[in-house]
Amino acid sequence: MKSAEELVEELKSALPGVDVALVVNPSPSAQHSLRVAAEDALRVAAYLRDQAGYDYCSNATGVDWLDKETSEKVKTTRTVSKQVDGVEQMVEEVVEETVKRVEPGFLEAVYHLYSMKRGHSDPHPPLVLRMRTENRADRVELPSLTPVWRSAEFQEREIFDLYGIVFKGHRDLRRLLMWEEFEDHPMRRDYVDPDDYEYEPTPHDEVLKRAEEHRAQMAAAEGAR
Amino acid sequence: MSGTGIQSFLPPVIDVEAGEELLEVAMGPHHPSTHGVFRMDVALDGERVVRLKPVFGYLHRNHEKIAEKTTYLASMPYTDRLDYFCSMTNNWAYALAVEKLAGMEVPERAEYLRVITAELTRVQNHASAIGFLLQEMGASGTPLMYAFREREKILDLFEALSGSRMMCNYMRFGGCRVDLPAGWLDRAKLVVAGLPRFIDEIEALLTSNEILMARSQGVGVLRPELAVNAGVTGVMLRATGVNYDVRKVDHYGIYDRFSFRVPLGDHGDIYDRYMLRVLEMRESVKILEQAMAQIPEGPILDPKSKPRGFRPKPGEAYGRIEAPKGELGFYLISDGSGNPYRYRVRPPSLINLTILEDMCLGQNVADVVLIFGSVDIVLGEVDR
Repeated sequence: MKSAEELVEELKSALPGVDVALVVNPSPSAQHSLRVAAEDALRVAAYLRDQAGYDYCSNATGVDWLDKETSEKVKTTRTVSKQVDGVEQMVEEVVEETVKRVEPGFLEAVYHLYSMKRGHSDPHPPLVLRMRTENRADRVELPSLTPVWRSAEFQEREIFDLYGIVFKGHRDLRRLLMWEEFEDHPMRRDYVDPDDYEYEPTPHDEVLKRAEEHRAQMAAAEGAR
Repeated sequence: MSGTGIQSFLPPVIDVEAGEELLEVAMGPHHPSTHGVFRMDVALDGERVVRLKPVFGYLHRNHEKIAEKTTYLASMPYTDRLDYFCSMTNNWAYALAVEKLAGMEVPERAEYLRVITAELTRVQNHASAIGFLLQEMGASGTPLMYAFREREKILDLFEALSGSRMMCNYMRFGGCRVDLPAGWLDRAKLVVAGLPRFIDEIEALLTSNEILMARSQGVGVLRPELAVNAGVTGVMLRATGVNYDVRKVDHYGIYDRFSFRVPLGDHGDIYDRYMLRVLEMRESVKILEQAMAQIPEGPILDPKSKPRGFRPKPGEAYGRIEAPKGELGFYLISDGSGNPYRYRVRPPSLINLTILEDMCLGQNVADVVLIFGSVDIVLGEVDR
C-alpha cells in the first residue's frame, strides 16, 4: 500500500482541484493522516475505496478541539526619542511584545481505513482520513461517508449523538446512545454535567453547600416568575 | 446512492402490499435472547420481518468521557468492563494502543503471557457463544453447561494469575502486572490438554445434529461484499469466506512465531459461524500448546515503563487486535498531559450489528433470535 505522503500526490493528480493535505503525526506510531475539505470528502472517499484499495473503514469517530489561545512573544523595532548625552535623539529600540491569538475551535471526524483485499499480502498502517467542521456552534455539517463505507452508519450516528456533527446524506441520523429527548452532546470538551443536586439523597459537605446555592437559585427563579 | 455514481450497500426495502397491516413488536430490552438490555423494534408481516431497528444505549455510561477525565493507567481496569467475557483481550488492545502512542517495547516473556491469556479467553468466549446460541435454539441447558464447565476451569486459571475471574486487569503498558505463580503453567497445560476432548464432545453433540442444521443452514446469510463494506469483523466476517484475521494481518505481539490456520466459512450463515467457532477453538489450542512449550524466563515489564506520571508525547495512535468478537481497536490522542485528550473504543460488537437488519429481512421472527445470537455481542461493549 502507498504511504500517506504518496497518496496525497496521487489524489491531487487523479482528482484535479481536490483539497487534500497531509497531517504529520509526531508520535512514535507515525500514523500520518489526510485532511480533506468537506466538499471533496465523498469524492476522495470513493476514490480511496475503489481505486486505492481501502475497502474497509475500521473506525469512525469525532474529536472536539476547543478555541485555542496562543500567546507569542514578538520582537518589534520602534523609533523612540531618547536623551543621549543630554541631546534628544531618535533611537531605534527593540521591544518585546506579547501577541495573543485565538484559533477558533472546530469538530473533527476521523476515519481509520484499511484494505481487506490487500491485508494479508501487504501489511499496512491505517490510513487516517480527517474532516473539519467550520466551527463548533452552528456550522457543524459534514458529508456522511456511509454511501462509501456502510460501517460508518452507526458510528456516525454516535458522533452526531455525542459530538453534534450533523452528517448530510446519512439515511437515518438519530441519536444512538442517549435518549431522543436529550439535548446536549456529552463528549464535547466543554460539556457541563446536568445539575442534579436536588436528587442528592444525603447532601454533605461541599455538595450540601452547592445544593443550598442551587435551592436559592431555584427559589429566586420561582419568585421572578 | 443514485446520482453520484458511488456503489452503496444500504439495506433493501421490502414492499408491503397496500392495505396490509404490520405488527410492530418491541423485542427487548428484557427479552431473554438479548444477552442484556437491548431492543429490536421489529415490524412483522405475518411471521416475516419487514423492518428491524436496533435500539441501543440502555447500558451507556460514557466510558470514553470517564477515560478522558482520568490518567492513562486508571482506565485499564475499566476496559475489563467493556466486553466482560474477554477482559484479557480488552486489556491487550488498550495496552497495545498506548505502546504505539508512546513507542514502548514489551519483553519477550510478557508477549507470551499475553498470547496465552488471550487464547484462553478466545476458547472460553467461543465455547460460551456456542452454548448461548444453542440455548436460544431451544437446547436449554446441556450445551451451555458443557461450555461453562470448561470456561470455569479457564476462569480458575485467570483467578490464580490475576486475582480475579472476570475483571482481570492483568496487562500494563509495556508488559504484564504479575508473573505466573508457582505451578500455574503445569495446571494450565492440564486444562489445555483437556480442551480437544471437550471440543470433540461439543462436536459429537452438535455438528451433525439435525435440529441445529435445519435451523441454522441458509439462515441469516451475509454476503462477503456487504460484510467488508459494513466493517463486520471476526467470526462473522470469516464465515462469509473473507480471509482477514488481524493476528495474521498485523502480526501484532508475537503471533508470527506460531503455526496456526485461519478457518474460513463458505455460506456466511449461522451454521458456518458455529462451525468456525469450533475450528477457531482448535486453532487456539494449537497456539496455546506452542506458546506454553516455548515461554522463556525473563522480565515481564519494560523497565523503562513508568506506572506513575506517565505522559506520552503529543500525537495519536490507533491500535487494534483480533478480539474473540472481532476487531477491537483503541484510538488515542495525547496532548502531552497525563490524561488522554481523546480516548475511543472501536467496539466490534456494535459495528457487527450494522448488518443485523439486512440479515433478518424476509426471515421468520423466530429466526431473528438465532441470527442475533450468532453475532455474539456483549452489551457492555455495544453501549460503553
